[in-house]
Amino acid sequence: MDNMPWLSIITFAPLVGVFFILLIRDDDKEIVARNARWVALWISLITFFVSLGIWINFDNSTANFQFVEKSVWMPGLNIAYHMGVDGISMFFVILSTILTVLCIGASWITITDRVKEYMISFLVLETLMVGMFSALDLVLFYIFFEGVLIPMFIIIGVWGGARRNYAAYKLFLYTLAGSVLMLLAILTMMFQAGTAEIPKLLTHNFPATLQPWLWLAFFASFAVKMPMWPVHTWLPDAHVEAPTAGSVILAGVLLKFGGYGFLRFSLPMFPLASADFTPLIYTLSIIAVIYTSLVALAQEDMKKLIAYSSVAHMGFVTIGTFAANTQGIEGAIIQMLSHGVVSAALFLIVGVVYDRIHSRDIEAYSGLVHRMPKYALIFMIFMMASVGLPGTSGFVGEFLILVGTFKTNTWVAAFATTGIILGAAYMLYLYRRVIFGELTKENLKSILDLNRREVAIFAPLLLVVFVMGIYPSLFLDAMHASVENLVERYHSALAAAQHISVVAK
Amino acid sequence: MPLATLPSLTPALPEIFLAIAAMLLLMLGVFSSEENNTRMVSYASVLVLIVAIPFIGLVTEGRSVTFGGAFVTDTFAVYIKALVLVSAATVIIMSKDYLKTQGIERFEFPVLIVLATLGMMMMISANDLIALYLGLELQSLSLYVIASFQRDSARSAEAGLKYFVLGALASGLLLYGMSMIYGFAGTTSFDTLARIFHDSHNHISVGVVVGIVFMLAGLAFKVSAVPFHMWTPDVYEGAPTPVTALFAVAPKIAAMGLFIRVMIGPFGELGAQWQQIIIFISVASMLLGAFAAINQTNIKRLMAYSSIGHMGYALIGLAVAGAAGDAALRADGVESMLIYLGIYMVVNIGTFACILLMKRDGRMVEGIDDLVGLSKSNPALAMILSIFMFSMAGIPPLAGFLGKLYVFQAAIQVELYALAIIGVLASVVGAYYYIRIIKVMYFDDPVDELDRGISLEMKTILVVTGVVIIFFVFYPAPLLTGAESAAAALFHE
Repeated sequence: MDNMPWLSIITFAPLVGVFFILLIRDDDKEIVARNARWVALWISLITFFVSLGIWINFDNSTANFQFVEKSVWMPGLNIAYHMGVDGISMFFVILSTILTVLCIGASWITITDRVKEYMISFLVLETLMVGMFSALDLVLFYIFFEGVLIPMFIIIGVWGGARRNYAAYKLFLYTLAGSVLMLLAILTMMFQAGTAEIPKLLTHNFPATLQPWLWLAFFASFAVKMPMWPVHTWLPDAHVEAPTAGSVILAGVLLKFGGYGFLRFSLPMFPLASADFTPLIYTLSIIAVIYTSLVALAQEDMKKLIAYSSVAHMGFVTIGTFAANTQGIEGAIIQMLSHGVVSAALFLIVGVVYDRIHSRDIEAYSGLVHRMPKYALIFMIFMMASVGLPGTSGFVGEFLILVGTFKTNTWVAAFATTGIILGAAYMLYLYRRVIFGELTKENLKSILDLNRREVAIFAPLLLVVFVMGIYPSLFLDAMHASVENLVERYHSALAAAQHISVVAK
Repeated sequence: MPLATLPSLTPALPEIFLAIAAMLLLMLGVFSSEENNTRMVSYASVLVLIVAIPFIGLVTEGRSVTFGGAFVTDTFAVYIKALVLVSAATVIIMSKDYLKTQGIERFEFPVLIVLATLGMMMMISANDLIALYLGLELQSLSLYVIASFQRDSARSAEAGLKYFVLGALASGLLLYGMSMIYGFAGTTSFDTLARIFHDSHNHISVGVVVGIVFMLAGLAFKVSAVPFHMWTPDVYEGAPTPVTALFAVAPKIAAMGLFIRVMIGPFGELGAQWQQIIIFISVASMLLGAFAAINQTNIKRLMAYSSIGHMGYALIGLAVAGAAGDAALRADGVESMLIYLGIYMVVNIGTFACILLMKRDGRMVEGIDDLVGLSKSNPALAMILSIFMFSMAGIPPLAGFLGKLYVFQAAIQVELYALAIIGVLASVVGAYYYIRIIKVMYFDDPVDELDRGISLEMKTILVVTGVVIIFFVFYPAPLLTGAESAAAALFHE
């Protein structure tokens, strides 16, 4: 049992599915599509269940990397194939695998064009996402991190909306421009430290003069991925044009790359630079929280509204991360997971009515509660989770972040809190306009409520939202050791640097 | 003359074999019936080029020199020659259908490619300025002819003439530089030059530096690096497509090999003199390759700018090799360059195979817009071409990314940070036009479908190159070790 390369199995199982899908050949397009759907669904389900095994067998008591695999890859550059997870990354692996299943389910009937290619894109995407979160080698990490662009570009460009060209280009070039600088930083780190192993680099002390440059290079990449204000503009475009499942993966997993990167690289590897740049992060995050919330309030397009709310929620994540204490960081991770589930659900919710009416305009809807009671209920729950109502996952994340931030900087916490109020405002406003009121529009009079497939897609998300909201310890316990370790390392590095500067004086 | 003075022929065995084979191929073409002599000579040429590969492998033991020190073989030469032979052989295979549809099926075509290859191999193995020039001219003259092989086409004739005039100018520059160096150093032998510059430390006469600059200009022309790139887009566009494919790979790689050998061999000690020039050429090529390609509508022209850009990236490795200091780091620079060239060759062959398949109603088309909707009419071809494009853009996990990774890693090691930063930013601009091709194939709706039907040879080439590009990341070891030992051969002393 113990010798099985579980992480590799989870990472590459979807590629096996790709292989099977490539083998499907038939003159009848329907048969090809049906087979491709089923293969993709089964493979992603199997992958998901195997990944649950990682959680079940996860040792909560240690901060070390678990399920570690290592083998020679490119010895000339000291690059190895090195995988493993700790309390920080483990949940993101599971988030990726479950959302892939739901995405394939959500596109079951809505995607009728080039189904084979569609399913291949999603399975490849799953491989890259899981690999990204479990890579323990810098170059391996970068390959997965950047490789995501290929399937994402295709998904938006081929199955997207009217302005898909523009959106796909913007996504591709923005994120590429951000991450190439990170590549140079990675190469510099490898040269400086003589290794590309993340566990070793976590304890390596980079020179204080080099840290700001490396930090900025990583920041360029993560800030775009996150996305942080002012480089968030690609996100609303990408979300609006992407097919529903594309938006789900984008909001659910890809936005977490940035937050994960800050936790895995910026904070522990460049503690001095992180401390110096914290005010910058705080400022940008607060602008993101308040400004994008206001922008969200003014949106007429449902997907755009949720996209802007994502930017605001991610602002919370960066605030919590750079508060650099246990509550803040654990809150940031919970917030990311919660946002992964909740925003994914919200995009699916938009997708449900879009599939029926083919409009994303808020104006096009009203009084849906009369025809779609189940839909209204589910929408309400996720809306509340997004706002951060106690008992839902959103509350735990925002609360922990605010507690952590309050300890380090009261002003930041105060400004961030206004974001929560604004969040409640735009979400409730959206909900009122879409769900309540009179059902006057002709085309809505015959709209159908959720069918069984759609309920089945929302059920697991509902479960996660409530479990995370009511019993967060289930998640917090697993990440606690790793987060403690990270915080401790961060503060001891700062203390050591302070000591040196005191002595120097 | 006693026989004892005959120099050892073993190091030059592959070249001798190719020379004799080329003569025999000519005779075969002349004396066989006219109906199918082209096909026969083509197959025979491919066979000759493939048989030559084990020949070059035979002489790998260390470094051997012959013809009075004018000719050298080492693992470096073996590596470059292998790339050149493989690309030349593949191009002949790819040209078969094209020659037939264009009505220019003549047996001289494959023979000229074999002769050009022979010239390339001679210049790769050159260890003397005169030998260098001989190889270079044999190569160039053969290439001038095949550039204008489509005699009835004004564009092809123009391409050949342009290539000839500008190529002759470059040869002149090169020759002038060589004469300056001979005049000031008193020798043409690479080994002696290296010793002279090694002993003289920093007392280098200006004449030598001027000579090096002229030689650099000539060589930069051959690899089409900015500012000596002007011929490339026109020649690429005008020449018959298989010839363009050949131009993009074999002569480029051979000239790069020569470039490396000249700069590291005789002038290795003078890095301080030439490194800045290489850095400038590299930066200018990367930027021009990125920006000038954006507005292109002809795919062959686009590939011309793309190859200019790629040469810029490869030259980063040479700039690293010109840095002062640790021989291991300088060898890393050459190694990264060799890896880059290897991957460049595979991607370009694959891409040109796709371009050669762009036919509508039996006629070749070259516009990027002609690819519209290819993902619907021919999904497999569209998928493979998009893999090549992503690879050229340097997106992981494809091979092109690893090539760039090695080059930038080498640059970082010798702290050429500015060069690396300009390089990665140019690659983002470059990504724009590569993904535009993917956009055209996937996102736009088809107007007129391209012809279907791919011959077995083309299928094989596409599958092999595609598999190499995708799976290189899983098993990069063969190319890496090859490049490593090849680079080490240059820094043996």
